[in-house]
Amino acid sequence: MSKLVEVEDLKLHFKLGRRLCVKAVDGISFYVKKGETFGIVGESGCGKTTMGKTILRLLEPTGGKIFYDGEDITNVNMQKYRKKMQIVFQDPYASLNPRMTIANIVGEPIDIHNLAATPQDRKDKINEILQHVGLNSEQANRFPHEFSGGQRQRIGIARMLAISPEFVVCDEPVSALDVSIQAQIINLLHQFQEEFGLTYLFIAHDLSIVRYMSNRIGVMYLGKLVEVAESDELVFHGVHPYTKSLISAIPIPDPKAKNCGEKVILSGDFPSLLNLPSGCRLRTRCPCARELCEDSEPILQEISPGHLVACHNCQ
Amino acid sequence: MANDLLEIKNLRLSFFVPSGEVKAINNVSVSLKRGDVLGLVGESGSGKSVLSHAVMGFVSPPGKILGGSIDFNGLRINEMTEKEKRIIRGTEISMIFQDPMTSLNPVYPIGTQICEVLMLKNKMNRKTAWYKAEQLIKSVGIIDPQRRLTQYPHEFSGGMRQRIMIAIALACEPRLVIADEPTTALDVTTQAQILELMLEMKEKKGMAIIITTHNLGIVANMCDRIAVMYGGTIVEYGTVMDIFYESRHEYTKGLINSIPKLTAKKEEKLVPIEGTPLNMLVPPLGCPFAPRCKLCMAICLKKRPPYTQIASVHYSACWLNQKEEFERDAINV
Ligand SMILES: Nc1ncnc2c1ncn2[C@@H]1O[C@H](COP(=O)(O)OP(=O)(O)O)[C@@H](O)[C@H]1O
Ligand SMILES: Nc1ncnc2c1ncn2[C@@H]1O[C@H](COP(=O)(O)OP(=O)(O)O)[C@@H](O)[C@H]1O
Ligand code: SF4
Ligand SMILES: [Mg+2]
Ligand SMILES: [Mg+2]
Repeated sequence: MSKLVEVEDLKLHFKLGRRLCVKAVDGISFYVKKGETFGIVGESGCGKTTMGKTILRLLEPTGGKIFYDGEDITNVNMQKYRKKMQIVFQDPYASLNPRMTIANIVGEPIDIHNLAATPQDRKDKINEILQHVGLNSEQANRFPHEFSGGQRQRIGIARMLAISPEFVVCDEPVSALDVSIQAQIINLLHQFQEEFGLTYLFIAHDLSIVRYMSNRIGVMYLGKLVEVAESDELVFHGVHPYTKSLISAIPIPDPKAKNCGEKVILSGDFPSLLNLPSGCRLRTRCPCARELCEDSEPILQEISPGHLVACHNCQ
Repeated sequence: MANDLLEIKNLRLSFFVPSGEVKAINNVSVSLKRGDVLGLVGESGSGKSVLSHAVMGFVSPPGKILGGSIDFNGLRINEMTEKEKRIIRGTEISMIFQDPMTSLNPVYPIGTQICEVLMLKNKMNRKTAWYKAEQLIKSVGIIDPQRRLTQYPHEFSGGMRQRIMIAIALACEPRLVIADEPTTALDVTTQAQILELMLEMKEKKGMAIIITTHNLGIVANMCDRIAVMYGGTIVEYGTVMDIFYESRHEYTKGLINSIPKLTAKKEEKLVPIEGTPLNMLVPPLGCPFAPRCKLCMAICLKKRPPYTQIASVHYSACWLNQKEEFERDAINV
């Protein structure tokens, strides 16, 4: 399968004043194949949202390159690509305009991209999409506050589907939802991927959900990818100490289950993005750190086909 | 049971809001033995916080206890005066909140705040209290305690603040610690550290814990007993094994089947619970879960299901457990 999206050494630094700089995304490379889901997992503040927005050029990259379907889109006018690349946000409360009806929220992208020939055509399109995401046409004239969190996320997905995109960044689409509702939305995203051949970049902090959704997964720590592999390879044979710590930290909802792999517990907290450690960024918390880790930054290297790791002890 | 540390019986607590009565706790009974860990699990709005705060004696208007009792170690909490409750809080029962910033004062160094508690509750002088505070925050894994005590809450990360809250909660060696979503605001690796710390402290001090969470993984790993809440009621109660392997309630089963498990086989599909969360202002007449239940029967919509005892401590409030009986009754009528 061909690559639909690829990023090369992507960087996004937020400048705070003359000397301070938050290196939210700091040299990331990966690709997403057509029709697959590439998952990104990492703890809050590691740069996931910033990366997702940068790929869509909602933020302008500080460095690196972005390719879409083989074309370099790092510096091009994005108008041509806006219809193909979409995003679903985490917070279904903040991302919908409270003063617009559901019909107009879903209709807006249709208007922007001139996808409806007549008002009746527009109305039919909106109703069809709403039905597709499990809402009905009577709800079209209501406002976002009249809906529950799960229903609002359905509206967000309807808006995304309205212009039939090819590539969708799903930025923590279920994190804000109740546990009993999460599976509804996950299954909906699955269904649309099969139906419309969508390609997803699926971002979340919950590795169980990311594994469920993704073909391949990248693990992110402080603006960098530390490991990339097929999802089962990553969960069962992940080797990076950070990946292992994430896996062993997840409480398994089964009292008989043993956590898989060895237990790796990191010490301390995240260092500040303003003041990153020298060498490997994990070394201040890593149980395997040695002198080399302080001196030089490990680079992402293939250790077996399709399995990449950035760690001095794993290469 | 007479030697239970905590016994809540038929508790009813409502909020009277302009649009009506919210029956946040609708006839709940539950008990806890000394040194046990009880998990209250359920989605948001199911009543976990209201129930756990009521045990501390916190019922804020427009909330009102309408009936039932809360007995703690021989004392009837719901009949105590504010003054009596204040004496118990922090010494006999203490609480850890989701967001420690709400209970730490931003304008005082944390050392001052811990000492305040110690001086008030343990009647220590300042010097002994400061020394004890140092030991306390060291015991929850904070390095360089001397310097750390002079710092302000904002100088600590979320995980560290939660460690400090645990230190304060344990300062007077209470018999019961109530932790209301103590790790919901934290990342998984920090969450793992905090849960580990709580279990370690429990081993050392032998206190009982009530932990509320929406995370089934946490209850599976932490708890002896689990109460599953839905719409202000406990729909199922039992040991961890009862709940995860012998569940007899459609909501519990639905929850377990709807969450992805990290190590599950790839083919295992998620089965969502359909429908939307309950609107507490217009609760259903019968089973609170009936509008979303795949096996809902006519009786479920009309009458609230009674508890059926499934095993020694395993109870479920679902009409399916009574199916034979009411079918027989229906024939007799
Ligand atoms: N507009 C901004 N200005 C400065 N810093 C920012 C901005 N947006 C995000 N950041 C910082 O960049 C880092 C990464 O943030 P984000 O991408 O939101 O992480 P995640 O989505 O993984 O939680 C954080 O430290 C955050 O504080
Ligand atoms: N101060 C209040 N005023 C009105 N209703 C309240 C108040 N506090 C809680 N409630 C209601 O009580 C119910 C239970 O809330 P809560 O115990 O906070 O749920 P949980 O902790 O399980 O998420 C909810 O329906 C909530 O809306
Ligand atoms: S009582 Fe009825 S509606 Fe409620 S869980 Fe049981 S079968 Fe479902
Ligand atoms: Mg984010
Ligand atoms: Mg709560």
